Amino acid sequence: MAWETVIGLEIHVQLSTATKIFSGASTAFGAEPNTQACAVDLALPGTLPVLNAEAVRKAVAFGLAVDAEIGKRSVFERKNYFYPDLPKGYQTTQLAEPIVGAGHVEITLEDGTTRQIRIHHAHLEEDAGKSLHEDFHGMSGIDLNRAGTPLIEIVTEPDMRSAEEAVAFARKLHSIVTSIGICDGNMAEGSMRFDVNVSVRPAGSDTLGTRTETKNLNSFRFMEEAIALEVERQIDLIESGGKVIQETRLYNGDTKVARSMRSKEEANDYRYFPCPDLLPVEIDDSFIDAVRDALPMLPDQWKALFIEQYGLSDYDAGVLSSTPSQAAYFDTAAKQCKDGKLAANWVMGELAKYLNQNDLEITASPVSAEQLGGLLERIKDNTLSGNIAKQVFEVMWSEGGSADEIIEAKGLKQVTDSGAIEQIVDQVIAQCTTQVEQYVSAEPDKRGKMIGFFMGQVMKLSQGKANPGQVQGILKQKLDALV
Amino acid sequence: MSLDRSDVEKIAHLARLQIAEQDIPQYTENLTNILQLVDQLQAVNTTGVEPMAHPLDAVQRLRADDVTELDQRTQLQAHAPAVEEGLFLVPRVIE
Repeated sequence: MAWETVIGLEIHVQLSTATKIFSGASTAFGAEPNTQACAVDLALPGTLPVLNAEAVRKAVAFGLAVDAEIGKRSVFERKNYFYPDLPKGYQTTQLAEPIVGAGHVEITLEDGTTRQIRIHHAHLEEDAGKSLHEDFHGMSGIDLNRAGTPLIEIVTEPDMRSAEEAVAFARKLHSIVTSIGICDGNMAEGSMRFDVNVSVRPAGSDTLGTRTETKNLNSFRFMEEAIALEVERQIDLIESGGKVIQETRLYNGDTKVARSMRSKEEANDYRYFPCPDLLPVEIDDSFIDAVRDALPMLPDQWKALFIEQYGLSDYDAGVLSSTPSQAAYFDTAAKQCKDGKLAANWVMGELAKYLNQNDLEITASPVSAEQLGGLLERIKDNTLSGNIAKQVFEVMWSEGGSADEIIEAKGLKQVTDSGAIEQIVDQVIAQCTTQVEQYVSAEPDKRGKMIGFFMGQVMKLSQGKANPGQVQGILKQKLDALV
Repeated sequence: MSLDRSDVEKIAHLARLQIAEQDIPQYTENLTNILQLVDQLQAVNTTGVEPMAHPLDAVQRLRADDVTELDQRTQLQAHAPAVEEGLFLVPRVIE
């Protein structure tokens, strides 16, 4: 039997504010335990929450980026449950009136097809603290630094049909939230966490199967693995006569094993009610317009610009626009050398290679976009051949300096004087008598390939500085004259 | 609407309240009375009335995103029954 997979996601995105959503304590990652947990975060009696304007702005920015209706009035509610890392005994969140309504995100799959994934809504809420269960002689240790960190929880419609689509969506979302600067995107530090709802149904069916939720996946790879494993488990279960039970599951990325969380006796009885400590949040058009005006370019906007302005392929434009820093870097270099394709090749080729080898982000590149642009200008005006340009880049990377300074200091200027090139060509023809004889006696259609040998000799003799295009032309002319 | 014993036991469990066996009938009666009051409220015709999220006719004020609360761990943990390495210690919980 053929099965169809149905996936919906819930994504927790930590907003990159300086302070908590309801208190003035810092949200910086990695501080000593409980040094950033103030009286409000600890839920001490008598404390009251005051909403962080920046958290509201960042939530609205997300809504605008996914073309969603913004809730001009939104209401905080209490979601009640007991856990030691939630000192209030409830999470302050939104339910009936969230700040971001329905929106959508377009994803592009590897084969180039695009799909719309609908966003059901996104709401503002607070993160919980962290529980440490090891090494406390039968006790659990609680760190409340994370408690009260602002989150938006983004809920999608069940619109994805494969692990590939889910991962493409997750990556796109990562690219959007980092582009608009509402989240640092650091998955290893838990800045973005994915809950994956998976069900299967017979292909062609339009009723949904029973779903399970695998919680807290914090890497794209784990997400892909967890979905594949869960789809396989559900299909095996149904095909062997069993039934999928609605439950919460955990996937361990190290052992590649998933397990059911002990199902709670009172599943999902959170007894939501409007939080009496917070008034309804009302934002007006001028608030929303100010956020819209401050929005930077979105990945899709960069992509469209690169295709239109520089004639890049869909794929190249997609890669270059995937992070805002890479998009801006490429744009600067391309503008400077006035050749988008050349700049694209270098940013995705040589630059990416060096960044990977040195495990650096593009923001930390020792070669700036302006430096690269200057180098590409020298390729464009034939001062440098592609190969010599790579040598210049290497020097630029390790020692710094502009292309012109390096060319001057190392004497790498390309030889374009045809008289000088002719001299070298004559020298090579005089030295390589055997190869010249072979060329002359070869079938005409074989000669094209044989020119490569002479090219190599000429480039070697010129220390790589002869303009390859000119060398080829002169070589062919001189050799063919001997036939 | 009236509650029975199992409703009361469930509510007590969700609220993590331990209630004495002999008090359950009394709680059941009291809670049922409250729900009867709610029933009376629900009988009112509310067509065209906006749901109220808060009794005060005001909107939430927003706070600037500035750090105002500095580390007071020592003072705050003075109230805790058990701490170690800066962590609050609680009876072990594993899900």
